[in-house]
Amino acid sequence: MNIIVVGLNHRTAPVELRERLAVSETRLPEALARLRRWPGVMEATILSTCNRVELYAVVKDTEQGFESLREYLISVAMASTTEEISPYLYSLDSAEAIRHLFRVTSSLDSMVVGEPQILGQVKEAFEAALNQKATGVILNKVIRKALSVGKRVRTETGIAENAVSVSYAAVELAKKIFQSLSGKTVLLVGAGEMAKLAARHLVSAGMQHVMITTRNFELAVDAARRFNGMPVPFDEFPREMAGADIVICSTGAVSYLIHAHDVQQALHARRNRPMFLIDISVPRNIDPKVGSLDNAYLYNIDDLQGHVDKNLEERRREAMKAEELIHDEVGLIVKWIKSLDALPTIRALRRKADDIQRLEVDRILTKLGPVSPRQRQLVEELAAAITNKLLHGPLVALKAEADAPNGTLFAEIAQRLFELEKDIELPANDDPGHAAPPEHPGEQVRP
Amino acid sequence: MNVVFFEVTLLFYLVGTIFFLGQLSGRLEEVPRSAFVIAGLGFFFHTLALVSRMIEAGHIPLTSLHEALSFFSWALVLVFLVVELRYRIHILGSFILPMAFISLISAAALPKEIQALAPIFRNMWMHVTFSLLGTVAFAVAFIAGLMYLIQEHLLKSKHRTPLYHKLPALDFLDDLNGKAISFGFPLLTLGIITGALFAEFSRGSFLNWNAEQIGALGTWLFYLVVLLGRVTVGWRAKRAAYLTVVGFAGVIFTLLGVMLKGQHPFV
Repeated sequence: MNIIVVGLNHRTAPVELRERLAVSETRLPEALARLRRWPGVMEATILSTCNRVELYAVVKDTEQGFESLREYLISVAMASTTEEISPYLYSLDSAEAIRHLFRVTSSLDSMVVGEPQILGQVKEAFEAALNQKATGVILNKVIRKALSVGKRVRTETGIAENAVSVSYAAVELAKKIFQSLSGKTVLLVGAGEMAKLAARHLVSAGMQHVMITTRNFELAVDAARRFNGMPVPFDEFPREMAGADIVICSTGAVSYLIHAHDVQQALHARRNRPMFLIDISVPRNIDPKVGSLDNAYLYNIDDLQGHVDKNLEERRREAMKAEELIHDEVGLIVKWIKSLDALPTIRALRRKADDIQRLEVDRILTKLGPVSPRQRQLVEELAAAITNKLLHGPLVALKAEADAPNGTLFAEIAQRLFELEKDIELPANDDPGHAAPPEHPGEQVRP
Repeated sequence: MNVVFFEVTLLFYLVGTIFFLGQLSGRLEEVPRSAFVIAGLGFFFHTLALVSRMIEAGHIPLTSLHEALSFFSWALVLVFLVVELRYRIHILGSFILPMAFISLISAAALPKEIQALAPIFRNMWMHVTFSLLGTVAFAVAFIAGLMYLIQEHLLKSKHRTPLYHKLPALDFLDDLNGKAISFGFPLLTLGIITGALFAEFSRGSFLNWNAEQIGALGTWLFYLVVLLGRVTVGWRAKRAAYLTVVGFAGVIFTLLGVMLKGQHPFV
């Protein structure tokens, strides 16, 4: 028994392939049911987002499990050959599979490290699997743990702090100049995509008034309609600038459009209320001298990019902390799974031996005919001594190896040697409202 | 009893100061909750100290430099707690609490005896209270100005230190600065008027051009100009921050200079 994952993500596979494998929310129940029918799959969850498709499963046999999950994906993609998909897939098992899930949930594996959506996506995938009863005791515990680790990473490390896009960095900076953006006005000079994106961020951060000017006035009118803003004729905008708290400039002009004296005048008219000027055009459209005016804060594309880079760097530093946190948590859960593996094996072995012993004692006693209680006791003791002595070694080894790296292997070997496969009783399914298994499951090994 | 309360307060402010200064240098965004509890407890004991001193003295305890500094410190912490509860600007504590602590420890170093008041000085407390509250407001303006200049520098130089993240937005600081001056100026005006009335009452002249009176009038004029400049020609933002920082240094200089020289009637 092992926990495995087979999947592909934005780093390993092109979007065309990810699309083909993606499972929509409505088709998820059916997909889960189908996956569960594949040979050897005991528990399963499907995580499908725009950046990844991953199948998590608890399987009887690791290799067979990998095979099943791969074949399932191939059937979903309707690929004609294995080669078409296999190169894009990664397959992980045991601790590596769990670590992967924890890293995914903590958004360490995301395109933008620290992005917030993935935690909810994992939660939804898990809920879908729960509804389909596709998961069991192991995946339930592991995924719940992944969600709590994901939350801890968000709250205990700075991985999700600070803007990581240029347009959002502009909002972050604006908030260091203006406490509240409501009632503030932004002037867009040129309606480039990045400027519009920044304006959209500003509006959703509470900014209410948008003025737009473009050389082609009709474009301004058109863009203004979308922002519920006001178009400004291009040759009038330097005068209108006094009304703008934030100016975002992104045009294709090859010379400066906004000069120091324009801003000086605007500041004077504003009675020195601060202005935040963002120049995201290349070549620059705002004279750098503006930056040295009192109460004017000028940031160009490089400054914003520097902001973003620094934020990303900070996130990476925080990601290291998250990796450590995950490392510890993986250790704990792996130990739990292993002990879970040894425990039913030990029980099954013990039960099988007891059954054989009782059967054989009964058989020999009927053959012997009437015996004295003393003789009967001796026969029973003989049988018990043989089984106990014979089992002593295997049981001790199983218990001892429960926490060792190849504990699963030992349990597996014992199960094959003693033909225990049919006798293994896995713990009953853990229902969602049920209390989680103990944190230090090593204690469960005690037979 | 008031001495015990006073010393307990001093201890709390010391610990609070250490906590808040730790926040200034530390990378962590959050100040431990305990820092606010400590500041709050300090304020509680400070209030007890002032009240018990008033009961012991039988008059409002504003008759010596020790008492004046203690009251100044108390009012500063009060302002901090109010602003903190309202706006959650944790970083403010890192500026106000050290100031309150320095003021209180200076008070601790001065003679603490309760002075018997000649009946003629009984009505002095109004003048002292107004002047001190005005000074507290100017201290808040000074701190807001200082924070403004730091944040302004960080934004201009595009340096993102941990301090950059902790300092509030420029316009918030400018607003706080403006509000503090608009509070402080009328208080100072009242302080000067009551002082002049008292001087007339006790000495028979409103004004006798001593250093203290000149200092007070100078301060009054300075802040009048700062306030008018803000309202009329837009002396806000960086200029206001500069003026209030420089102005407060002047206030402290005059106040301490005059008081230490002992020219004030009651010192």
